[in-house]
Amino acid sequence: MNKVDKIASIDASSADWERNYDKMIGQDRVVKNRSGIEIKPLYWPENDTDGTYEEKLGFPGADPMTRGIYPTMHRGRTWSQRQLIGLGRPVDFNERIKSILKSGSSALSIIPCNSVYRGIDCDEVEPEILGTCGTILNTVEDMDISLKDIPLDEISIGLNDPNPFTMLVQMLIVAENRGISWDKITGTSNQSDYISHFVANHMFYRLSLSGSRRVQMDAVEYLAEHVPNWNALSIVGQHMQQAGGTPAQAMGLTLSTAIQFGNDCIERGMDPEKFLERFTFFFDISISFFEEVAKFRAGRRIWNNLVVERFGVSNPRAKRFKFHAQTSGLDLTRQQPLNNIARVTAQAMAGIFGGLQSMHTDGYDEVLSTPTPESAKIAISTQNILKHEAHLCDVVDPLGGSYYVESLTDTMEEEILKVIAQIDEQGGMYKAVEKGFVQEMLGASALEFQDQIDNGEQLIVGVNAYQEEEDASARPVLKRPTAEHMQAQVDRLKEVKAARDPEALAKGLQDLRDAARSEDINVFAAEIDAVRAGATLGEIVKVLREELGFGQPLVVA
Amino acid sequence: MSLTATIPARVLVTKIGLDGHDRGSRIIAAYLRDAGMEVIYTNPWQKIEAVVTLALEEDVDVIGISSLATDHLLVPKLMIALAKAGLGHVRVVVGGIVPDQDEADLLAAGVSMVFHPGAVRDDIVSAVEKFAVAATNDRPQD
Repeated sequence: MNKVDKIASIDASSADWERNYDKMIGQDRVVKNRSGIEIKPLYWPENDTDGTYEEKLGFPGADPMTRGIYPTMHRGRTWSQRQLIGLGRPVDFNERIKSILKSGSSALSIIPCNSVYRGIDCDEVEPEILGTCGTILNTVEDMDISLKDIPLDEISIGLNDPNPFTMLVQMLIVAENRGISWDKITGTSNQSDYISHFVANHMFYRLSLSGSRRVQMDAVEYLAEHVPNWNALSIVGQHMQQAGGTPAQAMGLTLSTAIQFGNDCIERGMDPEKFLERFTFFFDISISFFEEVAKFRAGRRIWNNLVVERFGVSNPRAKRFKFHAQTSGLDLTRQQPLNNIARVTAQAMAGIFGGLQSMHTDGYDEVLSTPTPESAKIAISTQNILKHEAHLCDVVDPLGGSYYVESLTDTMEEEILKVIAQIDEQGGMYKAVEKGFVQEMLGASALEFQDQIDNGEQLIVGVNAYQEEEDASARPVLKRPTAEHMQAQVDRLKEVKAARDPEALAKGLQDLRDAARSEDINVFAAEIDAVRAGATLGEIVKVLREELGFGQPLVVA
Repeated sequence: MSLTATIPARVLVTKIGLDGHDRGSRIIAAYLRDAGMEVIYTNPWQKIEAVVTLALEEDVDVIGISSLATDHLLVPKLMIALAKAGLGHVRVVVGGIVPDQDEADLLAAGVSMVFHPGAVRDDIVSAVEKFAVAATNDRPQD
């Protein structure tokens, strides 16, 4: 190819991008900075003399999507502000979520009580710790109250709802009762990836590894058919990074997990051109700013190439690396806690420049207690300030083309690919976690990072540098749910349980048990019927634990 | 009798209640092990009775409870259960996210020390060593 051809080739791609951009943006806004300079939505080199621009970066929304998965990215639609909320009773959650939606949040996300994560109903929980970290969701009624006045067909919903996804089941039945058809329901089973729970987020871990795999794949298959706009899979790098993985390791392990899920879907006869459209990812954003930006850009490029190589897809929607990201609580400090607002700001900027689709910013007090309503508001304002005042969304991939960022993106890509190769050698992610290979990798990395802090190689303001006398009065005081409210919740559960039709309930639970024992009855479908018959969270999980095994994480020292 | 350097301290590192965030407890277990202590480590979600039984069977000097999501509110119950089982000499330390409003309650219930985020290795190791010596000195003679 001669030089003239190549210059022509970038012109053709840029014209393609411009056409797609115009189509997607609708009425574009004129953006001028304070000096009156007009800001274009995208900047790219005038020519691509050796072809590397097209190969490595390309235009947003086109292969290899390094610069973003949509032609418009944040210049068009900015990310969803998906704050994690959950406290106490369903009615408390409902009040809080309505106020959060008013303050500019555009999607809702529910965090259940830790007892829900454990899979037990509130009447079996020690009262001291009930409802202190999230909302109690044991029954369809609990979900109905939590979502009172929320238009389920108009808002994207995120459920932090591990396997076997009882919250989703409850919500689907609430929708059914309100006459909303399931194809109108949009959202994501956040962090639903059972592999990450086994390895890293033990909080979410309920069923045995093999049992989780069974139920998860049943849910993916059922939802693809019956709730087509729901993202059943959210593949989680956040847990890997929070458990100690470096950003490169976390990205590599997440992509390996996605390969595992892809292969498992194909084994069930599902079509990758379709199911990959619904894959979503969830990542951590640490304060290592440029490393995080490069991590996201490299991850996007690897995924774009990988789905073609491994799954043979050509549908551009199936190649999109859609991700939600959360600022990392690990970087926050108890010392001088207001400094955490600055940390979250830097983390959020890395996520924005990394091209995320949805974000949660942490409350500055997360390291002190369950975040207060005041700190949650500051966390949302941080996103709004970055968007409107700092103008971070005017240009697509504004760091693209920086010598440093591009070189780092390439090097992160190499590191990530090495991790994927290591997992391939183990026989894939399922086998690698079953053997403890991944756990060992993360454990070693966690200790190494802690050593860097202990020996002062990594300075942390207020912790091992710039220490000051701490003012304890600056720390927020958290209101916990009252004992009376929690007792009322327990009493109500007992009433709801007593009012059920015992025969229908027994049949629902027996059918669920039979489905779990069988090889070919969909467990998730049986679960929906059992919940319709009144089964609670605790009853569902108990049956599945009896049939599929109780989940204990494999901890490797 | 006092603990000599040749008898390693025995420490149980565990999590009670509902939460499963265990990066912290794993790091602490590694710190103490690397400092020469004998560490008994459990998966999260232990019941109080299970912790007491394990403390008895393993004859531990110190119990370290890691709490990131309010499970420390159960520690006063653990203190009572330990005393009832004749393990009043065992020292209990708590580490993790413990709001100020709760720390005073834990200390009043007999917890020896609460470690917060940012606590450093040397401080943790030397405190646990000190508490192990105290536990050994208070151990009932049979």
